[in-house]
Amino acid sequence: MPDTAWHIIEVVVMLLLPLLMAGGLTVVERRLLGQLQDRYGPNRVGVMGEMQVLADAVKLLGKEDWIPPFADRPVFVAAPAIILMSVLASFAVIPLTSGFAVADLNVGLLFFLAMSSLGVYSVALAGWSSRSKYPLLGGLRAAAQLLGYEVFMGMSLLGVVMMAGSFDLSTIVEGQRGLWYVGPQFVGFVVFFIAGLAETRRTPFDLPEAESELVAGYHAEYSAMKFGIFYVGEYLGITLVSALMTVLFFGGWLGPILPGWTWFLLKTSILILVVIVVRAALPRVRYDQLMSFGWKVMLPLTLINLLVTAAVILAT
Amino acid sequence: MGLTLSAAAGGATHAAGAGAAGTGAVTGILTELEQQFPGVDFVRQETKDGIPTAWIGREALVPVLRHLERGVDGPFRTLYDLAGMDERVRANRDGLPAADFSVVYHLRSYDRNADVRLKVPLAGDRVSVPTVTGLWPSADWYERELWDMFGIGVDGHPDLRRILMPPWWEGHPLRKDHPDRATEMGTFQLPPDDDLLYQEALEADPAQDARTVVLNVGPQHPGTHGPVRIILTLRDELIVDAVPDIGFHHRGAEKIGERQTWHTYIPYTDRVDYLGGVLNNLPYVLSVERLAGTEVPPRAQVIRVMLAELFRISSHLVFYGTFAQDLGAMTPVFYTFEDRERLMAIIEAITGGRMHPSWFRIGGVSQDLPAGWEQMVRDFLDYLPPRLREYDRLVMQSRVVKARTVGIGEIDKDTAIDRGITGPNLRACGFEWDLRKKRPYSGYDRFEFDIPTAARGDCYGRVAVRVEEIRQSLRIIRQCVDQMPSGPHKSEQPLAAPPSHDRMLHDIETLIDHFLGVSWGPVVPPGEAICPTESSKGDYGYYLVSDGNVTSYRTRIRTPSFPHLQALPLLCRGLEVPDLIAILGSIDFVMGDVDR
Repeated sequence: MPDTAWHIIEVVVMLLLPLLMAGGLTVVERRLLGQLQDRYGPNRVGVMGEMQVLADAVKLLGKEDWIPPFADRPVFVAAPAIILMSVLASFAVIPLTSGFAVADLNVGLLFFLAMSSLGVYSVALAGWSSRSKYPLLGGLRAAAQLLGYEVFMGMSLLGVVMMAGSFDLSTIVEGQRGLWYVGPQFVGFVVFFIAGLAETRRTPFDLPEAESELVAGYHAEYSAMKFGIFYVGEYLGITLVSALMTVLFFGGWLGPILPGWTWFLLKTSILILVVIVVRAALPRVRYDQLMSFGWKVMLPLTLINLLVTAAVILAT
Repeated sequence: MGLTLSAAAGGATHAAGAGAAGTGAVTGILTELEQQFPGVDFVRQETKDGIPTAWIGREALVPVLRHLERGVDGPFRTLYDLAGMDERVRANRDGLPAADFSVVYHLRSYDRNADVRLKVPLAGDRVSVPTVTGLWPSADWYERELWDMFGIGVDGHPDLRRILMPPWWEGHPLRKDHPDRATEMGTFQLPPDDDLLYQEALEADPAQDARTVVLNVGPQHPGTHGPVRIILTLRDELIVDAVPDIGFHHRGAEKIGERQTWHTYIPYTDRVDYLGGVLNNLPYVLSVERLAGTEVPPRAQVIRVMLAELFRISSHLVFYGTFAQDLGAMTPVFYTFEDRERLMAIIEAITGGRMHPSWFRIGGVSQDLPAGWEQMVRDFLDYLPPRLREYDRLVMQSRVVKARTVGIGEIDKDTAIDRGITGPNLRACGFEWDLRKKRPYSGYDRFEFDIPTAARGDCYGRVAVRVEEIRQSLRIIRQCVDQMPSGPHKSEQPLAAPPSHDRMLHDIETLIDHFLGVSWGPVVPPGEAICPTESSKGDYGYYLVSDGNVTSYRTRIRTPSFPHLQALPLLCRGLEVPDLIAILGSIDFVMGDVDR
């Protein structure tokens, strides 16, 4: 009985925590970008603007939820739901602290990769079902980009898997007691970070929405809360990728004095801030540049990293 | 070429400047033409700007133009302007051929640094001219505008339809019998069928095959910087063809010029290139001053230069930031707007206005500089250079920016000259040409500055030239501050408007004089003049025709963005949609400047 109760607590925490973080992130991102850009950002609702999330949510809920008459209705409605579900499901395997994970799968990492592949459907289908040219272009770009970057996203993690000897995220964290994997697997980390930006469609890889070219890309036809869900999905994605980087490369919950979960949250937050700063600093690349960068630079780099790691492990 | 130039400069008085340079060099060209075409009757016309002007019959037009374009030494490779004029109610046309309408071809030779103007009189039933698109591709839009505005037909034009007005418009607005106020046109009603008409007008029907997609960009699109519509034909994401559709920003600025007095038209000029502020006032007042023969006091000239350069910086800062934004960089636009805000504080302190101060006057400027202006300007001069260095690191040295812009949207120097491209876009092709140096106006010859150029004529070059121009403008402004002469800020000449305050209300004569000067404005003697200037976007001039009245008889605005946007298809064919946005950003057009 206490076991079941504990499980329920785990589920509730791992469901609410990412959602809260994603919500808070909308404000943090806008405030931080504001500071970086010589302006305030939203600072009117609440003491420092932190209640802006609520204001936005109320506003989005109050808007007309319009579905274009030319759209493919069922797919159009399903698309935003897919992104939310696939990202939230991924959080099930993230260990918040020792022994605290909804599903302590021994193939946790594979589960994450599988779920993140599902996310592609959301964006591609949103663009496709809108039956409108700008979203279609956005959806096509998204499909090519996400599928292309998935390949070496998975490969970049295999170095870590080899070193830990497991796909289980908790085991991977435990394996970093002596040294965080970001040291020996630095190439893997950089590649995963870049792939993570691409997977979450963040600058400089925000081609699927590219507001100056495709207006809003795949979600141009969406309005009200469906539009909001894409945004929540994006922020959830950032949180997920940051959490995963914490687990895989920065020793997860490991750290002195403070309880494990504070270390985990602290590391994740810092990585999230890095992602935001990248957005403030970089322009957007072009579609063909993105693809050739992925296949011609990142993929070989990952393979070399893999070979070197394997050689080192065999030698020792 | 060097000979003609120096001879011209020797004969030039200071006030006439560039115009006189034209006289010396090109009275020759008319004589040359008369010798070359003995059968053609060249009726010479005196103009106040000294640009050699002659009327020729419509049959002789194309051979003469072709000879000018490729036959003469120092050929006239640029069709600087092509415009019509309604001659039917013009009173002062002694010695000119009878005409109901006329068409003006204003050509420029960069080799000679000279212009020539040919006019064709049109009368009777056959109001049409032969097309010159075969000589200058840029004539395409100008001839469409000619048809649109005057109903003058263009024989042989490949695609003669309206350009600025919507296709369902009735009448030709710049004809003198077309009303210039909405109140003269009766109540506007929208019959039920008309919305269909408007819809049809927007339909695009490009040649399509199974693999191409037509993508409509604009008129409302975040990447176009204003209401312009570009109909793209795409194969995958590659641009097969691009057809710009303009006119959404047309406000009839030329028609308004025939209604407002010489003085009250100044605020309308501000809104043509709405990022340029007083850079718009300058070519207008310079042209009026040529017509009126007004001498501008030295202090006013330097104040004008300083304000013009401040606005050049302002315009380039907006360009810089928004260009980076077009590439998807979010941050630079906030930085450059912050800088522009500081600059606007100076503009505000000096003129009381911000984007559209309308501050220049015929014969000078509106007011003297306020107390404390010097410190404000000096602070800004010290403030901006470190910021520019920061943007260099953020934008110009960014590898992503280089990957997106180097080699994108290339145009070579010869094509650019053929297409009527001017200003920074021409200098980006490696051609060192700046009106401020080559035909100094408003005392620019007293300042030291360089003409920045780039090599390849690509997007990166166009940005690099403008960034360097900001630095050169800072140099000029520093010289203005250091050497600001004392003296009056406005001419005391009677035609300078509005009349000076210290000479009014002494007795009944000065009262009446002032009253007339303010209510009617000056009566500018008959004549024609243009004074091309180097605005932030390119070569910008007001071709003014006075019929000895309180308003202009014809105001022709030659704007740089019009030919620039026209060259867009050439720049973007074969590239991708994101490149189109980069190119649009890099050519720095303003729709107010295109549509007027």
